[in-house]
Amino acid sequence: MSAQTTFEPRSPPVPAQLYSGLAIVLAGAILVAAALLVGSRVSEYYYLAAYTILQFVVLGTAWNILGGYGGYVNFGTAGFFAVGCYTTVFLNKLFHWPLIIDMSAAAATAGLMGLGTGYLTLRLRGVFFSIATLALAIVLQTVISNWSFVGGGRGVYIVRPQISGFFGTYAHLLVVLMIGLATCAVLAAWAVEKSWIGVGLAAIRDNETAAETCGVPSLRLKLIAATTSGALMGMAGAPFPYYVSYVDPATAFSLAIAVNSIAMPLVGGTTTWWGPLVGAIMLGSVQQILTVTISSAANLFIVGVLLVVFLTAAPRGVVGIVRAWKRGGP
Amino acid sequence: MSATILAAECITKQFDGFAALTDIDLTVCKGERIGLIGPNGSGKSTLVNCFAGIIAPDSGSIEFDGTDITATPAWLRAKYGLARTYQIPRPFRGMTVRQNIEVPLRFAVGHTSTRAIGEEAQVILDQVGLADKASISPKVLTQVELRKLELGRALAARPKVLIADEVMAGLSDSEVDEILALLTRLNAQGITILLIEHIMRAVMMFSQRIVVIVAGHKIADGPPDEVMRQDDVERAYLGE
Repeated sequence: MSAQTTFEPRSPPVPAQLYSGLAIVLAGAILVAAALLVGSRVSEYYYLAAYTILQFVVLGTAWNILGGYGGYVNFGTAGFFAVGCYTTVFLNKLFHWPLIIDMSAAAATAGLMGLGTGYLTLRLRGVFFSIATLALAIVLQTVISNWSFVGGGRGVYIVRPQISGFFGTYAHLLVVLMIGLATCAVLAAWAVEKSWIGVGLAAIRDNETAAETCGVPSLRLKLIAATTSGALMGMAGAPFPYYVSYVDPATAFSLAIAVNSIAMPLVGGTTTWWGPLVGAIMLGSVQQILTVTISSAANLFIVGVLLVVFLTAAPRGVVGIVRAWKRGGP
Repeated sequence: MSATILAAECITKQFDGFAALTDIDLTVCKGERIGLIGPNGSGKSTLVNCFAGIIAPDSGSIEFDGTDITATPAWLRAKYGLARTYQIPRPFRGMTVRQNIEVPLRFAVGHTSTRAIGEEAQVILDQVGLADKASISPKVLTQVELRKLELGRALAARPKVLIADEVMAGLSDSEVDEILALLTRLNAQGITILLIEHIMRAVMMFSQRIVVIVAGHKIADGPPDEVMRQDDVERAYLGE
């Protein structure tokens, strides 16, 4: 009994906590350096696989800021992702701006959508909130499917811009970009978790009314979390049209996106910044390997099986397993 | 008595046509110990929820320490110094006992330094007698400990007024005495206390003034002996 219910003493004071942040930045830098060093010497497939995994690191981490920390389960990740995606498509139709501008615009659009979702929490809690987010994604999919300027239901082709010199291929550039974005996302999640925002969200997750009574400005915190989460999801979607070069609503709003971005944090562990990271790398890699070795159809099946296994055997995910082990034997 | 700290005027609240509270007026003075009693379902907790900002009254106004707080969100009321406990304890189950106490210290009091939070949390843990349980989960606390945690968390908000909603329900005699002693000590430190309670022994011992609510109406408000002699109070409490 006590193994499950005793806790580590409160985390060490601020300076020691900064090590995790530095480690995240360092890991990001090393990955970027590695990608640049390897260059185009490896098969492009590895870049494409890495891109997908990194995309899910961003999505899982983003989902976790609201869903894991605050306890508001968002079923509409695909909606935010697709909004990012179609922001790029839209801008690409009108202008040919650098991808980084597309990403900023996607962050703004999806962030605003996140803010709106945050206001939903005023009236909707628990499963009602989740269903509302799901409905939001479906409504958006219908809108996009009927908006011919961005390709409508038929989808749209995006021509990758020419790239010069520094990066071997466009996939190479996208991966380096995605490493950067994933690093930022994990850093943001870490900062939120360790700050007053994270403490407040944890209180909201446990009991929102009691949190308010303790002086936690719950609406403000939920808005911050929902906006950050939405903006990151949108940014994850922004480079996607260039990655696949053909987008249609079925791909951008794919069920796999919504399922994965919930499953990965759950498998990894939802209460810390590194849970979704571990979950995304684990599930993402397994999916990539299975796609190549067995079939792409096995993807979601495996996610489902792993999810069931973890929810029954280790409901706190990898984080929970590691903590139990640290406390003295499994 | 000294100045008014909490004043409710004409508070009315209906739930789907059921009148939970009708025209409740209540004035609480600084440093007072008030007992709020009434049968189950009489509207005591609804009134507390109106004070704390958990529900909004349909009409009427609430003033706290000179400010109209009728439309003020709950978290801000906590910051102003209006703290409450919950009848059914609502601990943050994902945190340790100490971390529970730290939430109001960080938010209601506005401490930013980890050290200041830690030190004050320790003082409160000692005060409510949970120091040896500081690093365990509320999930394994006993009822009396959970109520102490509720009180501790309310205290950590450095309240001017503490509303204790049935903090003694289900406790043994000695446990009731323990909590009463704690509340009396807090009152001596200058905290105004509004005690909602069914245990008459505790209410009579503790209160300087007793307010009785029956079916959403305030039927009595005065010194304990006087109020308990009132016929309608007796009827409401003991039956015909």
